[in-house]
Amino acid sequence: MGNLPKAFGQSVRRKEDPRLITGAGRYTDDQQLPQQAWAAFVRSPIAHANIGEVDTSAALEHPGVVGVLTGAEFAASGLNDLACGWMIHSRNGDPMRVGEHPALASQRVRYVGEPVAVVVADSRQAARAAAELVMVDYDELPVVSDVEAAAAPDAVVLHDAAPGNQCYDWEIGNRDAVRKALDEAAHVTEIRLINNRLVPNAMEPRAVNASYDASRDRYTLYVASQNPHGLRMTLAAVIGFGPEHKIRVISEDVGGGFGSKAFNYAEEVVCMWAAKRLGRPVKWTAERSESFLTDAHGRDHITTARLAMDANHRITALDVSTHANLGAYLSTFGSLVPTYVYATLLSGQYDIPNIYANVVTRYTNTTPVDAYRGAGRPEAGYVVERLVDVAARELGIDPAEFRRQNFIRTFPHATPVEMTYDSGDFQAHLDKALDMIDAAGFEARREASRAEGKLRGLGIGCYIEAAGIGPSARLGKLGSGAGLWESAEIRVNPTGSVEVLTGCHSHGQSHETTYAQLVADRFGISVDDVEILHGDTDVVQFGMGTYGSRSGPVGLSAIDMACDKIVAKAEKIAAHLLNVPADTVTFEDGEFASEATNERLGFAEVALNAYTAHHFPTTEIEPGLKETTFFDPPDFNFPAGTHVCEVEVDPATGVVRIARFVAVDDFGVIGNPMVVEGQVHGGLVQGIGQALLEQARYDDYGQLLSGSYMDYCMPRADDVPDFDVGFTETRSTTNPLGMKGCGEAGSIGSPPAVINAICDALGIRHIDMPATPEKVWRAVTSAA
Amino acid sequence: MSKLHVETSINGEAVEFLCEPQQSLLEVLREELDRTGTKEGCGTGDCGACSVLMDGRLVCSCLVLAAETSGHEITTIEGIAQGDGLHPIQQAYLDNAALQCGICTPGLVVATKALLDKNPNPDEETIRYWIAGNLCRCTGYDKIVRAIQDAAGRLAHPA
Repeated sequence: MGNLPKAFGQSVRRKEDPRLITGAGRYTDDQQLPQQAWAAFVRSPIAHANIGEVDTSAALEHPGVVGVLTGAEFAASGLNDLACGWMIHSRNGDPMRVGEHPALASQRVRYVGEPVAVVVADSRQAARAAAELVMVDYDELPVVSDVEAAAAPDAVVLHDAAPGNQCYDWEIGNRDAVRKALDEAAHVTEIRLINNRLVPNAMEPRAVNASYDASRDRYTLYVASQNPHGLRMTLAAVIGFGPEHKIRVISEDVGGGFGSKAFNYAEEVVCMWAAKRLGRPVKWTAERSESFLTDAHGRDHITTARLAMDANHRITALDVSTHANLGAYLSTFGSLVPTYVYATLLSGQYDIPNIYANVVTRYTNTTPVDAYRGAGRPEAGYVVERLVDVAARELGIDPAEFRRQNFIRTFPHATPVEMTYDSGDFQAHLDKALDMIDAAGFEARREASRAEGKLRGLGIGCYIEAAGIGPSARLGKLGSGAGLWESAEIRVNPTGSVEVLTGCHSHGQSHETTYAQLVADRFGISVDDVEILHGDTDVVQFGMGTYGSRSGPVGLSAIDMACDKIVAKAEKIAAHLLNVPADTVTFEDGEFASEATNERLGFAEVALNAYTAHHFPTTEIEPGLKETTFFDPPDFNFPAGTHVCEVEVDPATGVVRIARFVAVDDFGVIGNPMVVEGQVHGGLVQGIGQALLEQARYDDYGQLLSGSYMDYCMPRADDVPDFDVGFTETRSTTNPLGMKGCGEAGSIGSPPAVINAICDALGIRHIDMPATPEKVWRAVTSAA
Repeated sequence: MSKLHVETSINGEAVEFLCEPQQSLLEVLREELDRTGTKEGCGTGDCGACSVLMDGRLVCSCLVLAAETSGHEITTIEGIAQGDGLHPIQQAYLDNAALQCGICTPGLVVATKALLDKNPNPDEETIRYWIAGNLCRCTGYDKIVRAIQDAAGRLAHPA
């Protein structure tokens, strides 16, 4: 009893690993249900067309086929369209313009890969073979595959509700003040940049297994989701599958998400509908080509930005104009990403008195775009950090020094774009990162590279992000359809072991370990005596899932507060057992004690007594030991850091090699450093992938040219370096644990660090991502 | 079309199954033999999630026809652990937190075994090139490289 070493803050080994490392994980596609049937979707090969006749006769005759369901039948089902969960208003006050979005198209298709029918069969092979036999007549329409084409005056319109293909024309900040500051500036730096479109590529393809039990009038949906409760609420209240208690959603082991599994997709709706219609469990797992075509993509901005400075090199204003591509339909959070989690971060780490941003979003004949790791914040960080770097070079100042001169230094700091940063020390991580990469020795290394005919450059990315989204009331005013708190339930068993139910969802984030570490410390028990349960709506009452780096600061804070309630009740019970006044009982290191007695009680003893209920008046204290908390954070938290990249470019080939990479992050209080390092590493490689390799590219016909791993360049082990990761710590004030989100940081700081380094190496002003060897070689050649 | 009768060895056990001529080893492992530890990430041999050993050689099970395994020895992730204990490679992955979501991990563990069986002391560049066929979207590979180096040390100097 008592005096176990503290687990929280230590690199405890992951409790998830024994099953995952032996092949015993249970992912959605690993599970077969009795009478299992498989679905294959018939998808449009055309980016924009009116649908004519759909002939299912040959498919229906294929051996093993259970049923073929079309968009027309879906339209008659009474189920509603897929919906976007965040209402944005244009600057003129108009609500965003939203077109139809049926789960199966019956009238018109608007992107390649859009489902128009589904075949259900006894085997996956039969379903896929029969899907090839469904004949669909398409009457082709003109195509717009990027925002500029969609904005052209004569462009074809995708949705009648959205003339000019515009969804909204939104603004934030004070335009007049910014214009005035620009007019009065001693120097203005302007840049135009593209934030390249990315495919999330969670390595587990999306998967669904839906069944309907007619005798109980109840659906069960196994699904690879980051947000099972949010999905159930949507399926019930938005799509119209009936009340929530008639739907159970289970997301057990999920193989990565990065945002892409946080949305409501057509396949979930169609498989549930088909399962009831056909009386069989219906399973669908995406082929990788379907993942490329239908997982919501990320980024895809074109931005022009201007930074104004006074004669002392102080930034006085930032003016940003962004055109964002939403794809063919508004995905679940598609409207939010280019607005309140993008433009609200445009102050970066800098004290900028005046900021204005205008964001115009348009529909195009491409896959819907939604949140992908960082979701808006990488786009903002890239604008700010590229601008700052170019400005410093134009002014002839060291980029690090220019940043230092403009850092925010006092907290809390209210920016002109809605956010109030509660804490931070930006100078601390800049200094530490420059020290770790040996910036002082850089010029010597640059000379050494030059002697070998190579070009070496150093680039900095100082990012800030808003993590742990909340509070609910404020977000409701900004257009959120849901609350963004988190729930926790703690069940202490009679023997003193503990189950923790969380509404967050782990799909690689190690909640089973980090959460258990905190709870073990709070109760003075072993990490092995704590079980974390999540991902089943029959087990956990409600929750908002995991995205936006919320599981630590919001999810774990809810658990911490539930622990408080457990301790408070246990102290009352202990007071009766010790026969002392309740207000004299203390609980520390797993032991209840009182100054009024020498006797001590262990956590397990009190737990057992809570259930035997022999020694306290149950008229005053209820038996049992179980508590629930819903934690609504008073504000976001603000992780920030400095990433520094050193590249070596071969001018003959344009190949960029990352020679060194340092990331120093301030995540506030850290629960498990080994886990957090892993989060940083993964984010860095996604950011480096964006900067150097990845690009979802469409042709003018709306065909995705980069639709396989042979065409879309994913970062592989030989593409990326070792990382040198460090931490600084300022506590967040917006949650009881002082934590800041760590999941997305790597993907935010790294793209500008890489591009700034390449520009430094080449002595050029800008190069768009991805900086492929071809682009770099052309830049070298044209600079020469 | 009649099914083919195949006799093979999986993780040291004699196994018989019936399959269609076009069925991949991956599909048969997962759907006919209920060995779901081997994962599908792409189905085209580009991601390595389905890696298994065939007579000790690293292959993508999505590119091997199930019928081709007749008379050969297959090792999957389920055959790596030693009895109830983890293989030193698995222990090294665990100790180094070299996995997050875990979907690519079975393939990486199998690929690591193939590497270390062939080259017990690989340098970092060799490791990175060897596992370049295994996509991981979570870890950024850093901790996987550390785990493989650690595993090589453990196998060279068993505790």
